[in-house]
Amino acid sequence: MSAPSERRHWFYSVWSGLLLGLMAFFILNIGLMVAAVVTNSFGRRWLGTWLPEGYTTQWYAAAWKEFQLGDVLWVTAEVVLVVVALSIIIGVPAAYALARRQFRGKQLVMLLFILPLIIPPITYGIPMATVMYQAHLGGTLSGVILSNLVPALPFVILVMTPFIEQIDPTLESAARVFGANTLRIFWHVLIPLLMPGILAASLLVLVRTIAMFELTFLTAGPDSQTLVVALYYAVFAAGVRAPQSVDAMAMVYMAATLVWLLIALRFVNPTQLVSRVKEQPAH
Amino acid sequence: MSAMAARSPFRTDGTWLLVGPAVIFLMLFFIYPFGYGFWLSFNPAEGAWSANYQKFFSDEHLWRTLIVTFQLSLPVTILNVGLALPIAFQLRRKTRYQRWVTTLLVIPITLGTVLIAEGMLTYFGPRGWLSQFLQLLHIYDGPIRLTHNFTGVVLSLVISGFPFAFLLTLSYVTGIDPTLARAAATLGAGPWDQFRHIYLPLLAPGLAITFCLAFVQAFSVFPSAVLVGAPSGPTRVISLAAYEAAFEQYDYSMASAVAMIMGFAQLIVVVAVLGLRRGLYRGPVGGGKG
Amino acid sequence: MNQLFKELRLAGVSRHFDNPSGQRVAALHELTLTIKRGEFICLLGPSGCGKTTALNCIAGLLPVTGGTISLDQHRIDLLPPEKRGFGMVFQNYALFPHMTVRKNVAFGLMMRGTPAGEIKTRVARAFELVQLTGHEDKLPGQLSGGQQQRVAIARAIVIEPPLLLMDEPLSNLDAKLRLEMRAEIRRIHRQLGRTTIYVTHDQEEALSLADRIVVMKDGLVQQVATPEEVYAQPANIHVARFMGYRNVLTLNAGTRNGQRIALEGQGLTLEGAVKQDPGGKAAVAIRPEDISVGSGPNTIAGKIENVEYGGHESLIDVRAGNDVLLHVRTGARVKMGEAVTLTVAPERVLVYLAETA
Ligand SMILES: Nc1ncnc2c1ncn2[C@@H]1O[C@H](COP(=O)(O)OP(=O)(O)O)[C@@H](O)[C@H]1O
Ligand SMILES: [Mg+2]
Repeated sequence: MSAPSERRHWFYSVWSGLLLGLMAFFILNIGLMVAAVVTNSFGRRWLGTWLPEGYTTQWYAAAWKEFQLGDVLWVTAEVVLVVVALSIIIGVPAAYALARRQFRGKQLVMLLFILPLIIPPITYGIPMATVMYQAHLGGTLSGVILSNLVPALPFVILVMTPFIEQIDPTLESAARVFGANTLRIFWHVLIPLLMPGILAASLLVLVRTIAMFELTFLTAGPDSQTLVVALYYAVFAAGVRAPQSVDAMAMVYMAATLVWLLIALRFVNPTQLVSRVKEQPAH
Repeated sequence: MSAMAARSPFRTDGTWLLVGPAVIFLMLFFIYPFGYGFWLSFNPAEGAWSANYQKFFSDEHLWRTLIVTFQLSLPVTILNVGLALPIAFQLRRKTRYQRWVTTLLVIPITLGTVLIAEGMLTYFGPRGWLSQFLQLLHIYDGPIRLTHNFTGVVLSLVISGFPFAFLLTLSYVTGIDPTLARAAATLGAGPWDQFRHIYLPLLAPGLAITFCLAFVQAFSVFPSAVLVGAPSGPTRVISLAAYEAAFEQYDYSMASAVAMIMGFAQLIVVVAVLGLRRGLYRGPVGGGKG
Repeated sequence: MNQLFKELRLAGVSRHFDNPSGQRVAALHELTLTIKRGEFICLLGPSGCGKTTALNCIAGLLPVTGGTISLDQHRIDLLPPEKRGFGMVFQNYALFPHMTVRKNVAFGLMMRGTPAGEIKTRVARAFELVQLTGHEDKLPGQLSGGQQQRVAIARAIVIEPPLLLMDEPLSNLDAKLRLEMRAEIRRIHRQLGRTTIYVTHDQEEALSLADRIVVMKDGLVQQVATPEEVYAQPANIHVARFMGYRNVLTLNAGTRNGQRIALEGQGLTLEGAVKQDPGGKAAVAIRPEDISVGSGPNTIAGKIENVEYGGHESLIDVRAGNDVLLHVRTGARVKMGEAVTLTVAPERVLVYLAETA
């Protein structure tokens, strides 16, 4: 009676140990990869040894000058802030309509909001960039902002809809009865109650926009590059620059992203960054 | 007119004011470019209406990109989802460990492929720590070649794709009511039986979606194919062909055609996977077991 | 719209919904009613009979699908709720959780652009009226159920609405608080002299509060009358049941003599008062408190099956005739198994048209 169950137990321990070991191995290598970038960005000379010969911060100064990081960071901040603001301003009312109202064509509208999240940016980015260049938006800051808004806006809508659904609709009825029109309901009742959701959505969009490579790459000109695109060009032309200064730039990018990611993770579950399409499990 | 609106059973007043801006924006910058690209792809600079497509499928330099992209993305997606499923199942209980793993895994996704590429060049490169470590253990002597080739792109797709597949799968796994498995356990089902008879059928739709999203992402690989691959040959992927057509040859018509082919190829796989899922699991899931 | 009106007229107000299988069903069917200024009207009926639907139509939260609503000469059924200027107390209070109680109460005045100084005095007066002075700066979540209830009332009355709507405002409170608040609501209504429409499923509450009661069932109005009339003379068998006529018998109608009618069946022979011409089969309703132990007209012999002791009075079940169970409320001291004789005045044996299934 106990023999087979013990054997089973033994098998399951090995199996789960194997899986967890695999996971640990994966995470360890990611960690070492990041550590290697950090070490290199501070290293003096590092050729085939475990650690560099000495440490310096000169690569950061070099990267700052070589890659014009001041300008790049400024552009990045502009793009990200405008994208976050616009996606919230346009997205929250749309999410409200999806959560609360029944209207003709609702299914079609939902599809319209889901498609940009499941079609990869490079697939729609090329025709989008073509249209942008024809409209003389290509290569400009506005073009970069508009193209980043394409995935950001649906993302805000899909994140906000469940937040709105959970607010008691009789609160809106009450506000309406006591004389508030839709605009005032938003201002006095919904927005204050939705603040945690809006904050979470803003942070998620912020992180995703900093890291959005493809769309910015396709629509940016020399003056409208964001950090991640500048980093791409730096890595692409690695032979020309010292690898340490590229790594220093990578560190700047990593810091800019991780700070916001860590803030975002205080408010949201890590899975919310990826599970963009909410699907009910089968029933 | 306003009387009609008020008498309709639905409140429609102002609804289009709320969704309108978002809909108009996406129509202008998402739907319209798609439609325009589609139209443009059939209006080549020279030749018949189908000249771009004929060129794509006759020029080896072009059609090979489709094959290469499939060779990269399909195995990588199967690997990523195949690993994600058992590990997510293992970590399905809410523990501090689960929280840590998810937090750590979200980092490579957020950082994105460009940074992963730079990290790989430093860490997996011939003078990187991994190479040194393998030499120290005498597992592999001489500098290893893990970057600037096919392997490099595969590695990069695993590094960015596995966490994605894992987190998505985990969100589906944790969405399943654990009391169902417990009920099965009281009837004598061990972990494997619980997985096989409870979780797998309930997970099927989520897994199909995870597979599709992971595949579509791998299929549209771009920066890592350039930065850690060999973009002139072995890892010349289809998105690269589209990019070159648009921004190096300024042949937007050809670029649009390549983008349409890329989208169509993704669509075929997605439809196939969703169809397969429906065919496989219609019985058990529809039977009201959920 | 905020002036006082002479009368509120509901003419054939209907509201349909599409049910899941796609059929249109009437949640409210042709409600016609004229309400005078200062009246306290109760909409009474079991859960799901369309009371909330009626109230929401009046408030403007649900567009009507038929009929008209007017204040004096002005049609208001096409106005959005924010333009109607009514006050409303919601069943779950619907207090804004992020605002202090003071802000909640001031909300309606703020929306009307009332000057700050006036808001202050009026809000303070409303707090006095609901006896909540001193709690102004708390959040709704920090108050007890009864206090939240009173905030909801204060929020509705502070705008001095011509019409005050209340949707089961006491249903979430415990029994003792319910009685207290009932008195409070009546007092406030008298003090303000405004019109009130009050929704409830509790007939006792309706009887104690209303000037007129509107009894509803399945979206249809069954009776509109004063509490005394609804209680003593229900218009049909449904209303009778709902008003606590617990003994309902189906008997054969015999010869009629004016309002009196002979009834026979199930081993009983009775005389009753006609409320609706019954034809052949009659539905007969008798209240437990109208039956007494002793002899007199309409004598019924039976045996006591159950005694529920209730202090001053007991509720007893008596088996009579051909296995008919009668509920009787009596002060007489009786024992289980005892044989008793019951009597009931013919005018308290109400005869209606039999229910159709
Ligand atoms: N939004 C709705 N959609 C469909 N049916 C509804 C809706 N609201 C109410 N109903 C139906 O209308 C009827 C009356 O509901 P309601 O007015 O809420 O009843 P009450 O307040 O008397 O309990 C019920 O049968 C209910 O199912
Ligand atoms: Mg109700």
